[in-house]
Amino acid sequence: MERTSIALTVNGVRHERKVEPRRLLSDFLREDLGLTGTHVGCEHGVCGACTVLLDGDSARSCLTFAVQCDGASVRTVEGLGEIGALHPLQESFRRHHALQCGFCTPGMLMTALDLLAKYPLATDEEIRAGLSGNLCRCTGYANIVAAVREAAAARGDDRP
Amino acid sequence: MSAGAPAGAAGTARPGIVGARVQRREDPRLLTGRGSYTDDRKAAGAVHVAFCRSDRAHARIAGIDAAQARQAPGVLGVFTAEDIAAVARPIRATSNMPDYRATEFAPLARGKVRHVGEPVAAVVAGDRYLAEDAAALVAVDYDPLPDITDPEEALADRVLLHEDAGTNLIAAREFARGDVDGAMTGAALVVEDRFRIRRKTPAAIENRCYLAEYDAGRQALTLHGSTQVPGLLRDALAEIFDLPGHRLRVVAPDVGGGFGAKASLYPEEVVVCALAMRLGRPVKWTGDRMEDLTATSQAFDEIVRAKLALDADGRMVGLEADVIGDIGAYSIYPWTASLEPVQVVSFLPGPYRIAAYRGRVRAVATSKTPTGPYRGVGRPVSTFVMERLVDMAARRLALDPAEIRARNLVRDEEFPYKAGSGIVWDRAGFQDCLRMALDRFGYAERRAEQAAARGDGRSVGIGIASYAELTGIGSRISAAPGMPINTGTERATIEIDSTGAVTAAFGIASHGQGLETTLAQIVAEELGVRVEDVDIVHGDSAAVAHSTGTYASRSIVLAGGAATLSARSLREQVVKAASHILEAAETDIEMRDGVVSVAGTDASITLRELARAFYTEMRRIPKEARESLDLSASATYDPFFGTTTAATHIAEVEIDPQTFGVAVRRYVVAEDCGRVVNPMIVDGQVHGGVAQGIGAALLEEVVHDDSGQILTGSFVDYVVPSAAEIPDIEAVHLDTESPSTLGGYRGMGEGGTIGAPAAVANAVADALSGLDIQINELPVTPERLFRLIRNTEGNEGEPRHGF
Repeated sequence: MERTSIALTVNGVRHERKVEPRRLLSDFLREDLGLTGTHVGCEHGVCGACTVLLDGDSARSCLTFAVQCDGASVRTVEGLGEIGALHPLQESFRRHHALQCGFCTPGMLMTALDLLAKYPLATDEEIRAGLSGNLCRCTGYANIVAAVREAAAARGDDRP
Repeated sequence: MSAGAPAGAAGTARPGIVGARVQRREDPRLLTGRGSYTDDRKAAGAVHVAFCRSDRAHARIAGIDAAQARQAPGVLGVFTAEDIAAVARPIRATSNMPDYRATEFAPLARGKVRHVGEPVAAVVAGDRYLAEDAAALVAVDYDPLPDITDPEEALADRVLLHEDAGTNLIAAREFARGDVDGAMTGAALVVEDRFRIRRKTPAAIENRCYLAEYDAGRQALTLHGSTQVPGLLRDALAEIFDLPGHRLRVVAPDVGGGFGAKASLYPEEVVVCALAMRLGRPVKWTGDRMEDLTATSQAFDEIVRAKLALDADGRMVGLEADVIGDIGAYSIYPWTASLEPVQVVSFLPGPYRIAAYRGRVRAVATSKTPTGPYRGVGRPVSTFVMERLVDMAARRLALDPAEIRARNLVRDEEFPYKAGSGIVWDRAGFQDCLRMALDRFGYAERRAEQAAARGDGRSVGIGIASYAELTGIGSRISAAPGMPINTGTERATIEIDSTGAVTAAFGIASHGQGLETTLAQIVAEELGVRVEDVDIVHGDSAAVAHSTGTYASRSIVLAGGAATLSARSLREQVVKAASHILEAAETDIEMRDGVVSVAGTDASITLRELARAFYTEMRRIPKEARESLDLSASATYDPFFGTTTAATHIAEVEIDPQTFGVAVRRYVVAEDCGRVVNPMIVDGQVHGGVAQGIGAALLEEVVHDDSGQILTGSFVDYVVPSAAEIPDIEAVHLDTESPSTLGGYRGMGEGGTIGAPAAVANAVADALSGLDIQINELPVTPERLFRLIRNTEGNEGEPRHGF
């Protein structure tokens, strides 16, 4: 199948590749760039495990073609903190035991980052509604909500 | 040593590591995207499999035309049943249970297909896209056969799913104790109903994925896979491919949830192994969600007719049940199709004192996805049925649901208590859990608030559910009836290497439970080192000589016991070595935080120095003494009978009069999981289990049409609860050590899912207690509730506000 040239920035690094038009962004990130932190849970846009930030907005990488991202800036979980220097949101997830098997966690983190940047998140109801597009089968959500609540409170004057 | 003695009792181990809220060792890698799940693993030259799966529920395969698929770009081959049969022995889940009929399952369908989603052909290509393109080109010619979808009709054997079995009745069993008929006749009250719980699927967020690599030089096969049971799979695959265990290794790297779905042998595992050997290249299969929803084991699909007899004081005198389990198309390996249905009748009497019991179960094959273990196995169903009966009786006797339970739960002085099905309950806080749950819930006040809410026309309900389960079961009891494998032991090997590093190796396979942390806590406390000094190896069949894996709320009890035994034995070795190095009596040697010292002096060495003295500086310990020492210890732990875990759940719900949606407003769990290793992790297990139970009660249902087509093949149709549907869950722990296990641990991974369907069902029934309807079918989806309510109101149009 014919390939198309694309150029995009992922976690601040520019990549130029040729991809088939049907190649999903999730497969491009995982297979072509080796960024396996982005997970695929349903391949039909419901579970949210594959969520990344696409030009600052959360997006399902399993419903996005890589060619749609030509010229875009993508942020994945690998663009947050590192082992030994976690991002504050990752720290909050750890402190609150907001992950068990960890498979949904990268998508949860990216969705939460998007919510924290855009919304007041003044109530648990608002946090829960914001997270409701990301499925977690392990935690029962309460600890994820607590972790996001703490991160929202820590925004201080940056509050949207 | 006395079983259950606190680790600190010897005065040697550092107290307080077990029981502490230690942050998880797993988290940094999982939070940063540096975990390693099977699909993350790259193997040079790997090829991909896509399966052509049956789109029929029951049909004869008249022919398979793979010519077009073989010509498709990138295709290396198309394989069918005969190709696999040439290298793999047939698979049968055997059992010595009477009235059980083992059915063969072929990794790729042979002759017939028996459920939608059954793999028929395997297409191998250079990448997953090409493999899936080609799989769509495989043309299978099916001769349709009559569908067998209704389990009650299937019992008539008009159409057989497995002709060689001669019947669709795959397993049958009956338990009886006491004079049930007499109890029913003489009772002041008998409540009875027909209950139905609809089929569920575990739906771990990581789909199943396998990568088989064959080293032709060593003639050795390695399977990486999303599995809970690497040791069990190694043993099974060794039989299937006739390989010795040292040339066959099964590794479960990071695994994205299991809940029982990844605890059985799957056709895809056998196929990738067979093809890796045949093609001499790594072979990978990454399942998608539709494959998960059609070809991963399902569960909780039973019809239960049950009757409970009580005296005028509300004391239970007799119980009778007839269970039909819809087990799907095949008897899953190794658990067999009897696993869940038999457990339903075994656990039906629950935590109650009932003199007379008769339970009968029939497990029936249907043309649906095979059933297998799912969190709670049978007990979510038995608890739903029993707890509904208890509430129905309370209502008829005008007793409070809390009071009728207090009158009937086995009391502390009655343990060990043998239930009517033969299960023996170990001492556990049956009554205590009820009291603690009522206290935490603020039961009396909430009942008053409920009355006020009802006065305002709101439909608020409160539901209680109590249950008990066997956990950490040892070699005396089989995890599934009559199964020919040992699930009653686990092994650990702890080693201090020449750098002084401590490595503890296990066969269990953590997939979210945080066992890398909790087992490190146990080893650290028993050995006298810091948690961060201990590395936990798990999920690898090569780590220990025998293991089955992580399932059935067993890992803390069994692997924790093995960790305790081996750490204690290793500690003795360290003390002996140190007594030579530090020239002190063994009784004066202490070890804390990884530092070995002589009591009352400032003489001490680190573990690193001790290891160097033992392995490298050969003059530090006399040769004879050194040869009798070993800085490595292995132990196998067998709890023999196992222990009992109990809990009471209380749910408060409100029903929306417009949408008929049920919102869970409040949820309390009081549970007795024995000695708590890490309260943070225990709470997390309770939350997650309850969330799955709420899903089972309100949302989740695998739906088939009359022809056996699955109508819930996506997450749009199979509704898993989101953050918006699950409330905060309050958990309180009894924290009493089990008298029967080493360390006093009781298993607790499944309990949340066992109690929640019953508690929510009782709360919904309570909310609707003004109407003459029965909540006897789960899930109570808005549609089901709407029909139920409208039908009782005689189709009078819109239900009135507040019902």
